Amino acid sequence: MTRSILPVLTVVAAIVVMWYLAAVPMNAQWAYDRAARADVTLSFSDLVADTWSQEKPRLPAPHQVAVEVWQTTVDKKITSKRSLIYHSWITLSATLVGFALGTTLGILLAVGIVYNRVMDMSVMPWVIASQTIPILALAPMIIVVLNAVGISGLLPKAVISMYLSFFPVAVGMVKGLRSPEVMQLDQMHTWHASASQTFWKLRLPASMPYLFTSLKVAMAASLVGAIVGELPTGAIAGLGARLLAGSYYGQTIQIWSALIMAAALAAVMVSLIGLIQRIVLKRMGMAT
Amino acid sequence: MLNALIARHGTWTWGGYVIPVIFGITLLAMWETGERLFEISDVLLPAPSEIAARFWLSRDILWVDFVQTVIKGALSGFVMGCGAAFVLAVVIDRFPFLQKGLLPVGNFVAALPIVGMAPILVMWFGFDWQSKAAVVVVMVFFPMLVNTVQGLQSTDNMQRDLMRTYASSYWQTLLKLRLPAAMPFIFNGLKIASTLALIGAIVAEFFGSPIHGMGFRISTSVGQLALDLVWAEIVVAAIVGSAFYGGIALLERLVTFWHPSQRGRT
Repeated sequence: MTRSILPVLTVVAAIVVMWYLAAVPMNAQWAYDRAARADVTLSFSDLVADTWSQEKPRLPAPHQVAVEVWQTTVDKKITSKRSLIYHSWITLSATLVGFALGTTLGILLAVGIVYNRVMDMSVMPWVIASQTIPILALAPMIIVVLNAVGISGLLPKAVISMYLSFFPVAVGMVKGLRSPEVMQLDQMHTWHASASQTFWKLRLPASMPYLFTSLKVAMAASLVGAIVGELPTGAIAGLGARLLAGSYYGQTIQIWSALIMAAALAAVMVSLIGLIQRIVLKRMGMAT
Repeated sequence: MLNALIARHGTWTWGGYVIPVIFGITLLAMWETGERLFEISDVLLPAPSEIAARFWLSRDILWVDFVQTVIKGALSGFVMGCGAAFVLAVVIDRFPFLQKGLLPVGNFVAALPIVGMAPILVMWFGFDWQSKAAVVVVMVFFPMLVNTVQGLQSTDNMQRDLMRTYASSYWQTLLKLRLPAAMPFIFNGLKIASTLALIGAIVAEFFGSPIHGMGFRISTSVGQLALDLVWAEIVVAAIVGSAFYGGIALLERLVTFWHPSQRGRT
């Protein structure tokens, strides 16, 4: 783990440097235009300084984004409509509700598929087919339709998150519940274990590593679902709404800070699951 | 390879296909009868028959949208993104330092909500298909990169030593041992990328597009409450998505017929 820190830091540093370098040519046109109008010739250092400090750059420099994130999280009150924490919470709550619903549905489906042959034959292909429908493209319709029935706010977004997150959990749990070998199942038979005992004492514990891997994928997917769910209907709050508003008004710095916030949310949630995974697997004696 | 094909066809059974098809038809029938019985408003949920009728009536619109979104946006982005990721993966495979640094970063980026890049890329590349292809490139790049790098590492020392005893060069080892061994991983990446590509192209159109395209049609038709057209677009998307995924899965069967996960299948 510690051996890979230096390479990772190098790569991250390289990305930041490339970002700064790219910002110069990307924003140069605007700087030149303004200089031409003011009848001044730009020296190279002026040009660089200008491209890194424009108000609506095509590509904001990293420090501009950092300043924006700082201002909208720490300096603003949480209840303010301009606080990024407020918007993040809106998105996160929909993500978590959708994630919980999706995980429950996924696990129930997996248990049904493993224990019922008819379900295995009929439901599994449709679970896979359901994911070829780009649900994100459906998001506007789902939200408009649910709005027409009088359901609005958190639930429609959570439904989209659920749809996206149940699939990895279902597939992973089917794999996990089937991971015990024939030998182990036979051992349960010789102990005269009932079906439920086999489930609780062998299949479920054996599926834990698979479950956690799927949960990470599901969490990332349901965050994407919540963000896209906020795009249509001109949503007023949430990270997706910040993205859309930013793109309408050309506020690139706002878009980038919302993106960074979304990335941070994803990173925190996924590593939280990773932490729980390590603790649980260690308690179960399965840690590697 | 032909032998493998024929051998597989011998064991091909219909039972595996009949049951899900019956399940699906039952579902459609229940939808249709439910629609008739409870007279649900078309604004909420049109019946399958109405969707089919709309699909037939507006097939020229659907075709234009299909070309704009799938061929120009998703497919070109898919090819560029996967191609670039593959080349970069082969390059960084030669440098362990880069590997150690790029893999965790790539894994991290693959988990991020990259669709959020769409408004920025639309701003950079304009409203037409170029920006959609760019979104698709960014979305498919990292899953593909991570999978290919992992695949190239999947040979064990014994196999590489054997190649060395044959005095094979780097390129021979790459072409004859490591790339074939990486194929299951590469196809895994391609499958993930195929579903992402369509989603990316459609969602990018929500942020601005010319007056055709599936994402554009969906968002404007929802505004006009023409839900039968929306559903027709969804049918197109589902067919395209399944065909795309199925085509890659078929190719995978042909290329990696030697892999246990393929041989075990009946």
